[in-house]
Amino acid sequence: MDIIWNSLRELITPTTAAYALAAIGLNVHFGFTGLLNFGQAGFVAIGAYGFAISVMTFGFSTPLAIAVTLLLAAAYALLLGVPTLRLRADYLAIVTIAAAEIIRFALNSSAFAKWTGGANGLYNEYSGWLKDSNPYASGVVRIGPWTFGSNDLWIATVDWLVVLATAGVIYLLVCSPWGRVLKGIREDENAMLSLGKNVNLYKLQALVIGGVIGAAAGILYVQPTSVQPFDFATRMTFNMYTMLILGGAATVFGPILGSMIFWVVMRFTDELVTIGVEHGLFDNVTQGSQLRFVLVGVALVLLVVFRPQGILGNRTELSFDAK
Amino acid sequence: MQNDTPILVADRVHRHFAGVTAVDVDHVEIPRGKITALIGPNGAGKTTFFNLLTGFDKPQTGSWTFDGVALQGMKPWQVARQGMVRTFQLTKVLGRLTVLENMLIGSKRQPGERLLLFWKNRDRAEAARALEILERFKLDTKAHDYAASLSGGQRKLLEMARAIMNEPAMVMLDEPMAGVNPALTQSLLHHIKDLREQGMTVLFVEHDMHMVRYVADWVVVMAEGRIIAEGTPGEVLSSTAVVDAYLGAHHDTDLRQLIREMEA
Repeated sequence: MDIIWNSLRELITPTTAAYALAAIGLNVHFGFTGLLNFGQAGFVAIGAYGFAISVMTFGFSTPLAIAVTLLLAAAYALLLGVPTLRLRADYLAIVTIAAAEIIRFALNSSAFAKWTGGANGLYNEYSGWLKDSNPYASGVVRIGPWTFGSNDLWIATVDWLVVLATAGVIYLLVCSPWGRVLKGIREDENAMLSLGKNVNLYKLQALVIGGVIGAAAGILYVQPTSVQPFDFATRMTFNMYTMLILGGAATVFGPILGSMIFWVVMRFTDELVTIGVEHGLFDNVTQGSQLRFVLVGVALVLLVVFRPQGILGNRTELSFDAK
Repeated sequence: MQNDTPILVADRVHRHFAGVTAVDVDHVEIPRGKITALIGPNGAGKTTFFNLLTGFDKPQTGSWTFDGVALQGMKPWQVARQGMVRTFQLTKVLGRLTVLENMLIGSKRQPGERLLLFWKNRDRAEAARALEILERFKLDTKAHDYAASLSGGQRKLLEMARAIMNEPAMVMLDEPMAGVNPALTQSLLHHIKDLREQGMTVLFVEHDMHMVRYVADWVVVMAEGRIIAEGTPGEVLSSTAVVDAYLGAHHDTDLRQLIREMEA
């Protein structure tokens, strides 16, 4: 039974929440507007490092650090969007993935180690505000079959409140005429142009909003841990696409559900591999964890074949050809 | 109409693609409040001329004014906001939005599109207007279906309805009758005439001479990028030079008769 409970614990961990939030941002790009952003990890990295450096190097107060970080992410979105959004969709994909890698390599490099810690990353000396505001009694908290450290539980609480609030805002946005225009752009840009909509402006707005949400996710992501440059590799973005497709792109709760299922399944297969090693099925964990990704891959293929719209998606929407 | 000045005046519009001249229009005027047909053989540059006028393509030289406003250099969405709204030869409905949502996007009076709050009442008013237009186009029963589920002819109707939703001064229809069955053609023609009755100017590209004769007040003939004739349908279509040279000498003869002549 432990394996089930351990896996289900992932439903509410801060990492799941942070990924859900970043996937919500990516959904604004990909699901609603049809923008191919393959560098959401870059926005998350800007969020994580922007916040940590603002606090640790510049000694900003927490609200100021958050504001500066989100503004930085908005500026980054403009930098990427202004030259590329008037070109075909694939150019944005190339530029975002390249820019995200540039950011990661720059953060990883020893040239800026004074601020970024280089390959070592940054120790957590930036989330004091969160720990100071913890209302839960210190020590270990039991909830059902799970135990949490008091701080972890508080961080998870804050994270999920942010996720739910953001989902609420996104719900209002995509149901508004503005959201309708975004979906129209996803369907056909020229039709929107012929009706007097400034397509590039809307795409830029979507890129900024989704990117800022990604940066907010970066801030959340590093609260319970340290900042590690390796975390922000391209795999982070692809995991988010997996979550989007899993939960249902262009739905409000799809990315949240997708992130939950993704992490539960990752944990579950992880536990399976551990059991396999204990029973001599694999020589070691490394060998087993390769099988784990094979399992996840097979599950994804089955999903795309049998339920391409994701769990919350609308089947009739997908039964039409793209154009 | 009190105002008799032409709504659209274009001068020396020239567009070539790598040495091939696509459009070379010296001067053309589109009369206000009338239905003008733009005809010509395939490859005459009609659609390219459409794209140039509406900002979807940029000419090498040329200037044109719409209602006195110079349009050259404007982006397509800016042209549309001046009141000149076009449709496309290959219909562009927004497939994964409902018919009603397509219509609401057509509206230009929705401040909620600029991330402003309090748009609900305006949306309700616009939806009422949209349903009224959809009813005229017999699409009201489809209002909540995905636009992608419509037939080809219905898409043409929706595209035209959506253009009207934008309240344009001039509607530009690129082959509105292409691929539409005869029954629907009748109703499309009726809708085009209806646009004129509502005070709009219509410019449309068409191949079928019968349609042109039936609906157009003014005809402009293009061939090899140039305008070779213009006038009332009676004048232009009875000019044998135009008909023979640009629509084929045998365009009205029965095929069997042609074959008999060739065999003889």
